[in-house]
Amino acid sequence: MPSLKDLRNRIASVKATQKITKAMQMVAAAKLRRAQEAAEAARPYSERMGSVLANITQAIGGGGDAPALMTGTGKDDVHLLVVCTAERGLCGGFNSQIARLARDHIRRLLADGKQVKIICVGKKGFDILRRDYASMIIDRVDLREVKTLGFVNADAIAKKVIHLFNEGGFDICTLFYSQFKSVISQIPTAQQIIPAGLASAPAEAVDGGSAVYEYEPEPGEILADLIPRNISVQVFRALLENAAGEMGAKMSAMDNATRNAGEMINKLSITYNRQRQAQITKELIEIISGAEAL
Amino acid sequence: MAEAFKFELVSPERLLVSEQVESVVIPGAEGEMTVLAHHAPVMTTIKPGVVTVKAASGGEERYVVFGGFADIVPSGCTLLAESAVAVKDVDRADLARRIQEAREDAADAKDDQVRSKAEQFLSQLTTLEGAILPA
Repeated sequence: MPSLKDLRNRIASVKATQKITKAMQMVAAAKLRRAQEAAEAARPYSERMGSVLANITQAIGGGGDAPALMTGTGKDDVHLLVVCTAERGLCGGFNSQIARLARDHIRRLLADGKQVKIICVGKKGFDILRRDYASMIIDRVDLREVKTLGFVNADAIAKKVIHLFNEGGFDICTLFYSQFKSVISQIPTAQQIIPAGLASAPAEAVDGGSAVYEYEPEPGEILADLIPRNISVQVFRALLENAAGEMGAKMSAMDNATRNAGEMINKLSITYNRQRQAQITKELIEIISGAEAL
Repeated sequence: MAEAFKFELVSPERLLVSEQVESVVIPGAEGEMTVLAHHAPVMTTIKPGVVTVKAASGGEERYVVFGGFADIVPSGCTLLAESAVAVKDVDRADLARRIQEAREDAADAKDDQVRSKAEQFLSQLTTLEGAILPA
């Protein structure tokens, strides 16, 4: 049985921890709101981009002049995985969820005899994947210093990927990130970005219906300009979703931690009180039986 | 008064403008063009330059954009800019940095095609700098 002093110390330390987790939860809540706003603000761009892209591919009609970024190299031997995770831990299963999805994917690819390359965005994913697949990680992007995620950051990553593609470094690129569904639910997602899977693009054009567009310069040229930009946008969206998801996961993880600490304090206080009571009773008995002996 | 139409200026970070306007001047890749209501559907890439927006309410706003593309339909015009700022908020240092980067790109371009593209981009940037400096 721990002494009263030990118990007091433990209660104090759990209380201190609870204060920290509580503070972290509140910080995460504030950051979550900001991240959500950023994700929402970025939505119009990617939506319009999607509709424009659908429009233009329709115009070209999958003709031969579509750039390689869209049609792919025609092979699927070398796969590039861009795994986006958070920079910091203490956010529940957020990072490990993404890493697990990526790892399953890697295992499947390796079983099929494909070659795998990995680019890690964020420190945590790198730490996890390094254990098993250190030799496949060709690059890592550190966003630790980045205070507010800008399009520039995503653009830099996309440029790296495109550069590698142009050098023939890989055939298929898949982006791993966590989709922000709600504060308590983030869905790890794998999305193929090269060749751009346009199968999901809506068939009917927006606004002008099937209006005949004039293109300036040629559609093929616009498309060649557009596709890399679209990749940047996809990466940017993934990063924003991730940022929101991380904060959501952190918030609920810290909420749980705070609640657990509360429970622990309750339990410890009960033990403490009981023990103090027992000690008082014991002292009383000693005094009374001493008096009776006289 | 000319008829108004809907104009949207969107950058990846946010929606900058979404309002009824009278006319918009866009720095298209193949020359500047003014968009009015009921314009024929055009899709064009844009080069770094100044977008002049004449709002239906009478005011005139100028924005600096760095590349992107425009989607024009009779009922409206959407401009997707890679990066867009109001002319009065332009950061000189940022522009100088972009020019510097473009210059480096042009310097270490490997083949002629890449170099001519980089040089073209550089000249567009310097023109842009010249255009907004007196502002």
